[in-house]
Amino acid sequence: MHFNAFDRYHEKESFLHRLDPRVKALATVVYIISNALLPDGAWLAFISAWIFLIAANLLSQLGIGYTFKRSIIALPFALIAVTILFSMPGKPVFTFQFLMWQPVVTDAGLLRFVSILIRSWLSVQMAILLVAVTRFPDLIHALEHLRVPPILTTIIAFLYRYLFVLTDEVIRLMRARESRSAASAGNRSGGGVLWRAKVAGNMAGQLFLRSYERSDRIYNAMMSRGYTGHLYTLNPHEMKSSDYFVTAFVVAAIFIVQLNGRL
Amino acid sequence: MPVTHVINSFEMPECDGDVLSIRDLYFSYPDGHPALHGVSLNLCRGDKAALVGPNGAGKSTLMLHLNGILSGRGEIEIAGQRLTRNNLPAVRAMVGLVFQSPDDQLFSPTVFEDVAFGPLHMGLPETEVRTRVDAALEAVRMSTYRDRLSHHLSVGEKKRIAIATVLSMKPSLLILDEPTAGLDPRARRTLINLLRELPITMLVSTHDMALVKELFPRTIVMDEGKVVADGLTMEILDDEELLTAHGLEKP
Amino acid sequence: MHYSPVPMHIPDGFLSLVVSIVCWAASASIIGLAISRTNKALGEKQIPLMGVMAAFIFAAQMINFPVAGGTSGHLLGGALAAIVLGPWAGMLVMTAVIAVQGLLFQDGGLLVMGANILNMGLVTTAIGYGLYRAVSGQSKAVRLSTAGIAAWLSVMAGALFTALQLWLSGTSPLGIVIPAMLGVHALIGLGEALITVAALSFIIQTRPDLLAEGSESAKGGRGWIWAGGLITLVVVLISPLASSNPDGLERIAINMGFINAGQSAPYSIIPGYTLPFLGETALSTIAAGVIGVFVVGAIIMLIGRGLKAKS
Repeated sequence: MHFNAFDRYHEKESFLHRLDPRVKALATVVYIISNALLPDGAWLAFISAWIFLIAANLLSQLGIGYTFKRSIIALPFALIAVTILFSMPGKPVFTFQFLMWQPVVTDAGLLRFVSILIRSWLSVQMAILLVAVTRFPDLIHALEHLRVPPILTTIIAFLYRYLFVLTDEVIRLMRARESRSAASAGNRSGGGVLWRAKVAGNMAGQLFLRSYERSDRIYNAMMSRGYTGHLYTLNPHEMKSSDYFVTAFVVAAIFIVQLNGRL
Repeated sequence: MPVTHVINSFEMPECDGDVLSIRDLYFSYPDGHPALHGVSLNLCRGDKAALVGPNGAGKSTLMLHLNGILSGRGEIEIAGQRLTRNNLPAVRAMVGLVFQSPDDQLFSPTVFEDVAFGPLHMGLPETEVRTRVDAALEAVRMSTYRDRLSHHLSVGEKKRIAIATVLSMKPSLLILDEPTAGLDPRARRTLINLLRELPITMLVSTHDMALVKELFPRTIVMDEGKVVADGLTMEILDDEELLTAHGLEKP
Repeated sequence: MHYSPVPMHIPDGFLSLVVSIVCWAASASIIGLAISRTNKALGEKQIPLMGVMAAFIFAAQMINFPVAGGTSGHLLGGALAAIVLGPWAGMLVMTAVIAVQGLLFQDGGLLVMGANILNMGLVTTAIGYGLYRAVSGQSKAVRLSTAGIAAWLSVMAGALFTALQLWLSGTSPLGIVIPAMLGVHALIGLGEALITVAALSFIIQTRPDLLAEGSESAKGGRGWIWAGGLITLVVVLISPLASSNPDGLERIAINMGFINAGQSAPYSIIPGYTLPFLGETALSTIAAGVIGVFVVGAIIMLIGRGLKAKS
């Protein structure tokens, strides 16, 4: 049984897949920063940024709508920004009836709200693409190259490695609980909230103990192979000419997008 | 209650030079629970010995002493070198310990990184590390798995990669804890063939008596922290009294 | 499928660049401190231990229990991580969890990750440990109840910080986002408190030696009590203040240059937080806040239920 929902990488032999992971990671971050710098209502810039995204989608051979389909994930948070529609001062655009109130949507509010949504939507798609064309272990290497402290990248590597193992254990714990969650006729089933919380807490505690003991065994395994406290890693990535070319191209493209934002 | 038998001393192969020598090893856990009561045994180059006994006999505890993870009272020599606090790193290169659960042994995101871990920590240069990784994967017949992600592998595949992770250190002695546990018949057969072909001194702890009969000319029986029998597998497996006394079954 | 236990992961685009950078600076310095402190405390075992613990927190966030009406309680884990691992190791572990959630699952953005780490990883562990440490010599009942309160407060503090960041970025008006975030998370914090106490109770019962308070070296100093207490004070004081007098806070913030006028229309204070027909009264402000809580909270819970049903 494989819980492949944790794998975001899609194997392909595209141009993007072959790029150095540092370049891809940096390009993503630069793109997101660029979006953050664009003012409200910078439609030309938004469209240019969107074209850049579509081009990246195509280059990845994953299909033009690949990131679009997966971008719904950020939607719920948009509700936080909904209130800006009514509360930014400006010319009223329209008003509607909500229960007994009549909130007024202003033009400035509408502009900001839509702009926030667009920026967020563009950024999340680029992040989705990043992990679709980069194997996560390579992304970790990219972080190491980019001077993220090694202890953090190592913890992340371990997290990734044991994610499946531990969530598998959680699923088994939850299945066991479910199998014993019966009801008998005539009685209200479910126990009280406090009892249910206690069961959940016990599961978490159980998982903690197993994880702790597992970490002891892993430590023994590491020691058996010579670990004495310092972790050595190989960083097998070398920048090729195509990587430099892409970096230059991305810088130029973002520059153009920003220019469009100032027009 | 342990039944002591005379150690069979005939028909054992000529010793070529000890790879492993354990003399009077005693060990108790920090909580006071005694685990080893004076274990002594020798392994010579080329020996393939099975370590059997009921759960709690001290087999795993003994194995953890052989690369210094646990340390008790007594003498342990690996390839003539006395095991002390100071030469642990050197010893760990000589003793390849493969644990029971491969998930504990494969702790890197990719197969390559796991197999490279040992040689890297030995301070070997990068080219040498790569050569060793390739050789180790070749030895376990898993060269195509080099760039795979560890968590994608099946149990059988993980067990073989786990063996590769210690082979890359070129050890003199390979110690395996329950290698066939949890494997389906096909994976088990693949592993047995692999073990048969590895030209390396081996000590394998197992409950799988059919494996013992098929692969290991010598069997060491442990119970309650002591060695209670040490000799030819054929003879030990014929000794019904011995087997029953220590919770073993004839395959 | 992965889903987040609490609606606190801010995506990219919802915080301004300035706020994002400031939060990154704050998080990076605290993480740097945590790294140097952890090196001293745990020694060789720290890497496998923290690595597996990070996976534990991630997996434990999937454990749920039904609360009422289709919603369920979850664990964010900041307080628990700090109590069992010690404050600095807890911070590193939570940072790794949040980083992987953002990088791999886009649960939380990349540019705003500094803020997310601050809110869910650093503030939560600081409060969780600080308050727990204050009662470290006391009876089990006292320690457990304090852990529960600490867990609740940690979620509230994270929510407050999130709300403030959203407000300072011009994404949401103060008078709405604070009551909304705090309102929603008051309930979620309750779930956190319950599971944290139950899990801690289990661990104390079975392997009390594993808790950080057992090991002298991983224990934080008394400074943590001050840190935890300070943040608690901030939460307790600012929340009602901001809810009832957002204008005042805004005025201060503008004068101190915190809110930039944004790249478009200037952010003028007066008609901002009132419902048009009620006029500028305190009642109107409070009503706006309450409506905000109701609307946002209800919708978030409905969506959460919908997502949960799908996965």
